[in-house]
Amino acid sequence: RDACAEPHQLSKGETIHTLKTESETLKAKLEEERAKLHDVELHQVAEKIEALGQFVMKTRRTLKGHGNKVLCMDWCRDKRRIVSSSQDGKVIVWDAYTTNKEHAVTMPCTWVMACAYAPSGCAVACGGLDNKCSVYPLSLDKNENLAAKKKSVAMHTNYLSSCSFTNSDMQILTSSGDGTCALWDVESGQLLQSFHGHSADVLSLNLAPSETGNTFVSGGCDKKANVWDMRSGQNVQSFETHESDINCVKYYPSGDAFATGSDDATCRLYDLRADREVAIYSKESIIFGASSVDFSLSGRLLFAGYNDYTINVWDVLKGTRVAILFGHENRVSTVRVSPDGTAFCSGSWDSTLRIWA
Amino acid sequence: MSGSSNIVAMKKIVQQLRFEANINRVKVSQAAAELQQFCIQNALQDPMLTGVSSSTNPFRTQKVCSFL
Repeated sequence: RDACAEPHQLSKGETIHTLKTESETLKAKLEEERAKLHDVELHQVAEKIEALGQFVMKTRRTLKGHGNKVLCMDWCRDKRRIVSSSQDGKVIVWDAYTTNKEHAVTMPCTWVMACAYAPSGCAVACGGLDNKCSVYPLSLDKNENLAAKKKSVAMHTNYLSSCSFTNSDMQILTSSGDGTCALWDVESGQLLQSFHGHSADVLSLNLAPSETGNTFVSGGCDKKANVWDMRSGQNVQSFETHESDINCVKYYPSGDAFATGSDDATCRLYDLRADREVAIYSKESIIFGASSVDFSLSGRLLFAGYNDYTINVWDVLKGTRVAILFGHENRVSTVRVSPDGTAFCSGSWDSTLRIWA
Repeated sequence: MSGSSNIVAMKKIVQQLRFEANINRVKVSQAAAELQQFCIQNALQDPMLTGVSSSTNPFRTQKVCSFL
């Protein structure tokens, strides 16, 4: 009914005052509806399952080569290659098995905050303070100048914080300090859809696992996590329980929930069908922000990198910490589990990447 | 600043809230049970839970013994 009306057309009797009142009423109703369904906590449901055994993971590889803070990384679907980007403007493609560098590109800007591997493994996308997302096809000829084939795809009005290819090399989803997310056609550079709703910088986005349809989640400096319909641009669900910036969002592997990492030193789990937060991963001793999170293949483990240089591993169902991993000598900025789930990679302001298994 | 842009912004907020208020929700007990079920069903395929041995994990190189 009214939901379809043009926003600049007021229905009969609507004034700014009636709209404000309705807004308050609806917010209260949302809280009430969500609270009615809050009959149990996730960790209570999980009391009956077996606790996890002793968890041992060590650094198996250290990738050295960046001149400054590592800001982002992504795995290739081949489970062995990795792309990483840094404050020094460099984007490097590595073979994680051998630690060899296969490609290196110098971007025209510093603070390359976002990078992503194309599903085909034949290209990488990156961007940052240049406000753009560019795609570089990877050449088999290592002497070829990658920068010559660069294609500018996305244009924002502030820094690029995150980028991700969709299910093919043909489309890229971006998030930006300008408060929006956008979907782009790689070939033409055309803007296909834009996503408005955050009221401050968007810091992270993650696509739903392909089986669950065309949605993605974003998180930002307005402390909100928003779920979006990619085709319509509609914000379908919104969650606001964090007390500070959300630095990272990541879907649970079933697609029915997502985790967040925040400057409020907590990670949280939000279930999409219950439409609410269902778990908080925190400890009094953890006082620094969580910058990056990712799940193990079954969703039972949540790896989270923190600004206190550590990585905490959480039992997602029971809500307890199962391990704390030391090794980095500065903030951990990015954490990603490999496509086959055998290892995870962490990137840090100490300019290195580590592979843990 | 102008009255009409405030009204437009407010109307968008109200439309978004109306949309969100109307979605179907399930109880946390049901949602939690399904999250747990997914974990259990996929536990055996999760190398970090089952423990991947050195021979099959490419990142865990086997120690090489040398005899002097």
